[in-house]
Amino acid sequence: MTFAMLFDASKCTACRGCQVACKQWNDLPGEVTHNTGSYQNPPRLSADTWLVMEFHELENGDEFKWGFLRRACMHCVHPACVSACPVGALHKTSDGPVLYNEDRCIGCRYCMLACPFDVPTFTWKKGLFEGAVIHKCTFCIDRVSAGLETACAKTCPARALVFGERDDLIAEAEARIQARPDKYVPHIYGKEEAGGTDVLYISHIPFEELGMPSLGEAPVQERSEQIMERATPAVLVGMMVGLGGLYWVVKRRNEMMAKKGSGAAHGDEEAPS
Amino acid sequence: MTTRLLSLTRPIPWASFLVPGVLVGLMALGFVVAMVRYVSGIGAISNLNDGYGWGLWISFDLLCGVALAAGGFVTATAVYIFGLEKFRPIVRPAILTAFLGYLMVAVALLVDLGRPERIWYLIIYWNPKSVMFEVGWCVMLYLTVLALEFSPMLWERLRLEPFRRLIQAIVIPLVIAGTTLSTLHQSSLGSLFTISPEQLHKLWYTPLLPLMFWLTAVAVGPAMVILESTISSRVFRRGLEIDLVGSLAKVIPVALAVYLGVKIGELVATSEFGLVFEGDLESGLFLTEMIGGVILPMVLFSLPAVRRSSGLLLVGAILVIGGVIMNRFDVSLAGLSRPPGVGYFPAWSEFAVTIAIIAAGVSAYGLVARYLPLFGEHAHTEAEA
Repeated sequence: MTFAMLFDASKCTACRGCQVACKQWNDLPGEVTHNTGSYQNPPRLSADTWLVMEFHELENGDEFKWGFLRRACMHCVHPACVSACPVGALHKTSDGPVLYNEDRCIGCRYCMLACPFDVPTFTWKKGLFEGAVIHKCTFCIDRVSAGLETACAKTCPARALVFGERDDLIAEAEARIQARPDKYVPHIYGKEEAGGTDVLYISHIPFEELGMPSLGEAPVQERSEQIMERATPAVLVGMMVGLGGLYWVVKRRNEMMAKKGSGAAHGDEEAPS
Repeated sequence: MTTRLLSLTRPIPWASFLVPGVLVGLMALGFVVAMVRYVSGIGAISNLNDGYGWGLWISFDLLCGVALAAGGFVTATAVYIFGLEKFRPIVRPAILTAFLGYLMVAVALLVDLGRPERIWYLIIYWNPKSVMFEVGWCVMLYLTVLALEFSPMLWERLRLEPFRRLIQAIVIPLVIAGTTLSTLHQSSLGSLFTISPEQLHKLWYTPLLPLMFWLTAVAVGPAMVILESTISSRVFRRGLEIDLVGSLAKVIPVALAVYLGVKIGELVATSEFGLVFEGDLESGLFLTEMIGGVILPMVLFSLPAVRRSSGLLLVGAILVIGGVIMNRFDVSLAGLSRPPGVGYFPAWSEFAVTIAIIAAGVSAYGLVARYLPLFGEHAHTEAEA
């Protein structure tokens, strides 16, 4: 059983109910923002805004076209943030949600670099006494563990966002695409991306136009984990043994040289003074 | 009290207070800014944001700081492992620079971390899959090793002979540990960015980033020794050990040639070599870095005439140092694509913190040079080799 959500961009009316529901349920304060000429407000995710509706103003030939995108944590199957956190403050639960332990975070912000979706955000205005840490969507863990839907999915009036089980939602997404191949992009974003995500997207607009990154099927942390699991121990042991051996060989040779009384040192280097 | 520090200037009465005065002023400004950060948050004194979580402090204070401290392990390895005794006179200054460099890194981290008081959590909460875990452990352990390697100067000054002998007895294991930790640390700073294969520009992204960071560290180590020896020879009116630093400089073209070979080979193998001549900002940065910071100094340091000229040695060293600084900024800031709508340029207060930390490092170097036997190790020749 893996909790998941499916967002259908073609059904979204951009009412921002999900954005408000997220703030309400998680008790997040409002932000003072400036008019940037877009409906999108706040302009992006922050420590106080865990879900933001993006309003993409697109061209469709001569026509204007809206592209609405729900931006929040994708709850990766193999999360890069969990791999990146040096103190294990982030973890993937067996039910799917990627959770964050504020009591462990040291505020290094490596997870922000690691996340291919730029999701983790930092409490920039907190000093030493409040403790500046990372915030992000929790998949409403306090709701779903009590058998409820996530606040954002519960509130969506257009049913553009639905909560469910990952395999069921993939089947549902496939069914919708098959039923209307003329309408949908034939791709379920998040089924394979970066090793898969538990938040899945289908859309009538290509995902790149909506600002979703083009990612391979391998988790982005594949290489760094290989380095940590194989290269680092090998270098650690190899260097210690190699340097120790080198020291012994050089010392032996210098002793032999000294015994011969030639006074010449090795290579093109001068004799020790 | 600072007449020796200022012996290069004419003895004007107020001048003897000028350099220390400026250093103290810079440190005070940085301290005030840091206090504002501790009360009101990192956002209050920096332009860092959710799009650019890392900025000047990581790119310069951490990445460049660690790279520029590489003179310590390169020199210590040359003397203690390879038995190149003639470099012994520059071991202590190189170790001191590395030690102070790492202390400066640690101080910068205490400003940059969201919860600096939890830095010790690295010891009790482990995630061995995280490159940052390795980075943190390397900082802690290598700082300890450097403190021990530096300590004989203190023991000699305090006439604590038993302590000095203890360090002397374990100096080889210490140097082996130090070189191993340095190698791991320099390379792991490169490994940090292997987690962003899609976001780091292809001119810098390579799975071999750890190797690239280590090679540039090996090249910049001797360059830092040259820079530091040149400055200290002028400030402290000592002769420049030109034959020594010139000889140490032989490492530089080798490391740079390997670096250049791997870089070109990797770009050709991934058929991304065309990006070099794309004509955009990234290709401009890359070409400047490679021509000015790699190819030019590689040629310069290959020429015996250059290695015998104090002026040209300095020019070459500055090129290598500039190239490495540029490389670290390119990998950690300029070459990383960030989400649309976010930007970053360091605030004046970010520079103030960085400059204050540098001022503290320079002051500490001056104080050690004045009060501890930094250059006087010839009297205590350790009977080795």
